[in-house]
Amino acid sequence: MSDIPEDLRYTPEHEYVRQTDVEGEVLIGITDYAQGELGDVVYVELPAPGEEFAQMEAFGTVEAVKTVSELFCPAAGAVVAVNDALEADPGLVNSDPYEEGWMIRLELEAPEDFNHLLTAEQYAALVADADEM
Amino acid sequence: MRLEMEPFGEFAGRHIGPGPSDIEPMLEVVGAKSLGDLVAETVPEPIRLRRDLDLPEAVTERRLLDRAADLARLNRPFRSYLGLGYHGTLTPGVILRNILENPGWYTQYTPYQAEISQGRLEALLNFQTMVIDLTGLPIANASLLDEGTAAAEAMLMLWGSRGGGGRNVFLVSEACHPQTVAVVRGRARPLGIQVRLFQHGDIAAHDPDDAFGALLQYPTTEGAVLDYRGLCDTLHEHGAGVVVAADLLALALLVPPGEFGADIAVGNSQRFGVPMGYGGPHAAYLAATDAFRRKLPGRIIGVSVDADGNPALRMALQTREQHIRREKATSNICTAQVLLAIMAGMYAVYHGPEGIRAIATRVRKLTWTLARGLDQLGHMIVHEQFFDTLQVIPSGFTSADILARARERGINLRDFEDGTVGIALDETVRGDDLEDLFAVFRRDDGPELGAGEVAAHIPEPVYPMELARTSSYLEHPVFNRYHSETEMLRYIHRLETRDLSLNTSMIPLGSCTMKLNATSEMIPVTWPEFGSLHPFAPVDQAEGYGRLFDDLEGWLCEMSGLPACSLQPNSGAQGEYAGLLVIAARHEDRGEGHRDVCLIPSSAHGTNPASAVMAGMRVVVVRCDENGNIDVEDLRAKAEKHADRLAATMITYPSTHGVFESAIREVTDIVHQHGGLVYLDGANLNAQVGLCRPGDYGADVIHINLHKTFAIPHGGGGPGMGPICVTDELAPYLPGHPLVDVGGDAAIPPVSAAPWGSASILLISWAYIAMLGRDGVRAATEAAVLNANYMASLLSEDFDVLYRGEHGRVAHEFILDLRPLRRGTGVTDEDVAKRLMDYGFHAPTMSFPVPGTIMIEPTESESKRELDRLVHALVSIREEIRRIAEGTLDARDNPLKNAPHTAEMVTADTWDHAYTRREAAWPAPSTREWKFWPPVRRVNNAYGDRNLVCACPPIESYEAGPADAAVE
Repeated sequence: MSDIPEDLRYTPEHEYVRQTDVEGEVLIGITDYAQGELGDVVYVELPAPGEEFAQMEAFGTVEAVKTVSELFCPAAGAVVAVNDALEADPGLVNSDPYEEGWMIRLELEAPEDFNHLLTAEQYAALVADADEM
Repeated sequence: MRLEMEPFGEFAGRHIGPGPSDIEPMLEVVGAKSLGDLVAETVPEPIRLRRDLDLPEAVTERRLLDRAADLARLNRPFRSYLGLGYHGTLTPGVILRNILENPGWYTQYTPYQAEISQGRLEALLNFQTMVIDLTGLPIANASLLDEGTAAAEAMLMLWGSRGGGGRNVFLVSEACHPQTVAVVRGRARPLGIQVRLFQHGDIAAHDPDDAFGALLQYPTTEGAVLDYRGLCDTLHEHGAGVVVAADLLALALLVPPGEFGADIAVGNSQRFGVPMGYGGPHAAYLAATDAFRRKLPGRIIGVSVDADGNPALRMALQTREQHIRREKATSNICTAQVLLAIMAGMYAVYHGPEGIRAIATRVRKLTWTLARGLDQLGHMIVHEQFFDTLQVIPSGFTSADILARARERGINLRDFEDGTVGIALDETVRGDDLEDLFAVFRRDDGPELGAGEVAAHIPEPVYPMELARTSSYLEHPVFNRYHSETEMLRYIHRLETRDLSLNTSMIPLGSCTMKLNATSEMIPVTWPEFGSLHPFAPVDQAEGYGRLFDDLEGWLCEMSGLPACSLQPNSGAQGEYAGLLVIAARHEDRGEGHRDVCLIPSSAHGTNPASAVMAGMRVVVVRCDENGNIDVEDLRAKAEKHADRLAATMITYPSTHGVFESAIREVTDIVHQHGGLVYLDGANLNAQVGLCRPGDYGADVIHINLHKTFAIPHGGGGPGMGPICVTDELAPYLPGHPLVDVGGDAAIPPVSAAPWGSASILLISWAYIAMLGRDGVRAATEAAVLNANYMASLLSEDFDVLYRGEHGRVAHEFILDLRPLRRGTGVTDEDVAKRLMDYGFHAPTMSFPVPGTIMIEPTESESKRELDRLVHALVSIREEIRRIAEGTLDARDNPLKNAPHTAEMVTADTWDHAYTRREAAWPAPSTREWKFWPPVRRVNNAYGDRNLVCACPPIESYEAGPADAAVE
């Protein structure tokens, strides 16, 4: 079973969203389940700080050895920072997706959007369905 | 008495694997009464061809060679000093015989299974290293199709990285080769890129502020060597990137592009030992600065490590490619020119840095001597600095006089059509060739010049400091070790033995059609009458080629049921692109240029959506149903929805799932009803020849992979050829060429640099069809269907065969579903693929078109015995998986997870695995007869992609140990 922390929110496209100490700012990455499906991540293409994205707009790509996936922005907002450590060590997405493997820090256009994302329970149900198929 | 008039030797019996006595027992396994019945149950009734193909009777191998010799005699190989990126070259005999003429090098597929491809991967790494060294740029790929398309790919790299501002102009120097300009223009147009020609001197007047890039030729097409530093600086200041099309041999003496500011360098490596072949095949190269490492088109060989931490090579960064990115890919390139890249790399290995420099210096001195001699004869040399090419203003003669006088002596010179002529020399030129050239230019009152005499009285040529190369190249030991023929022979052979090719076992790759590449088909390819013709030589010197093209075009049209043909596309993907452009041109001609929607089933080969995007179309994906067939209702709905804008559909038949879909006629009708045309991907034509014809069931265009159905060897990942056949309605739009009269009246721009693509290998397909003849080509198709159904029947006891046609038959290939085996065992398709290597086999196609499956295409050329051997191996592996499931083999430490096993591993002093060494290395009786040892253990792909190294690593790194081996 993959790890789905209770305190995070999720998208159906397997991004997680973590509330930070700063009001309206969140950290975004991909879930433990997603990294497991992708396999060894070899490259993460991320936007530049300052870029703005609409909800579910692609903000980057994550490349594994044999596949490439787009990364979708869970809610509208502007990029405050990106995780530069992934450039040197993209494997952090595999080894520690929820902490060291975060991808972007986003300032939400509407902070309440966070509450409309999937809960851990909802996301777990979605993953269970996907595994059934 | 009845006397046979022909010597013994019917070819079909040699080409087709199952002999007459095999057919009956095979049919019994399949459960069909006769071959006819099997075909009737496989190919849908309504589309069956009800007559014999209108092809000639078969000829024997002996007679075929006589006919090829007749064609050869009709070609007149002049000394061609035309230049334009194609030059005479001396193929070292050791390379000619041991690589180009050696099935151990030319029969493999693309090195997807890295562990059994280490030999050509190393040879390709040598090629990349050579390109990196000579261009002075840090990364290079493992070849592209030709210089023209490489320049176009470079343009798209800059376009794709242009950032904001939406710049849309690509500046092209007027001093580029005309065929390159034409190919670049053709590729730019569908994407809305504007190509603007400019002269070097007045770049400012051409407003580089709206340009994203520029293309320069080095030396120029007229032969001038110019200092591009200032121009590069200006372009960069204005935010434009710089592509330089450079002559590799010239770079041995001249400042390389990487040192004067180029972002990308492209060019042809033909003159490194690869015959001109009337246009090809040869390998183009592409090198770039580090910023483009993830934007490089085509295949890149990279260094990684294997499961034991030893250095191992494999294709790197595959996620850039069309088979992953599909419509988001920036290039559709798939097949490249591996065999020719290997030859060019080996030429550098053979000659080494001193040899390459000496060859370049000699060419330069020959040209210098020619220039001084022509000067003494009163003619004017236009450019002050040159390498191998002179532009001459004749005095006392018109250019037409000179060209005619040259022709009388069997010499082709370039006509610049402005009163000047061009002469490009090469390493084959000798002193008496220079004297013949002096004679061409000598007026009656002029002196008779001897080459030695002229040379003796002039100083050594010296390039000015800003042009002369000072940096070294080819310093890696590989370029400095193998200069004696003995050493070279052994090096080539050592690499050959690390690759599994068709001379070891069948390569059952689905959708790749790895059939026999018969020796008699290959023999004429290296005859000088075919090899030494320049692609732009006057057509009256290539009458043999002309007849060959006529024969082949006619036969391909008859087999496809489409009446017009272009032999220009240089690969299957390029055929797709050309075919779609032809369709777009027809829509435009009818005032329907807005039609831009292309319907593509989700099961399509990745090149299809990538080609559609390159042709300026929008891809709409059509679903497949649970049987793998096109969902006809979804197709209908989408065709209706997009009826106003429907341009085309791209379908593969039989489908990529290996099934003859019954609804094919309905599919083509729906598309036609809504104003679209049908593009048929001919990848699976091997299941159709003689049984049904695409033109008869509604195709408007088909590309034909000659390297699949028509026996051109895969060369380890190229060359290929992808000619297209089209309806009469589309014939006017077939691709043209700026220098040779080919194509329709309303031709689209050229898609290849040469008018007939890789002309010399067309001989192979011509010979294949001629030797099989009318009945043989159909018999081959039937045998391909029989072989696939035979294997599918035998394997269906142990595996799930995923898709079948209406009557339970597969076509010429089939899919085994391995996903059910994963549950409880953790065994993946990759484990099965790697384990097959221990049995001495190349894996089938993995995870295409369905993830977690393997697709097997035996082809007609494999005998029953070989099919049985592969079946036995697969069943035996199935048994191993069963033992994992039962717990008698460990779930982690088992022969599948540890596969492949190297000799080093099984002969090590210690063995601490939960199964025996014997089980590891000798799993089948046939391995006793002949054991292929994988040279490395399973390659770590992630390691190599995270630490990209695409040149030969310094030799110390191999000795320093695995941990440092591939770290930059």
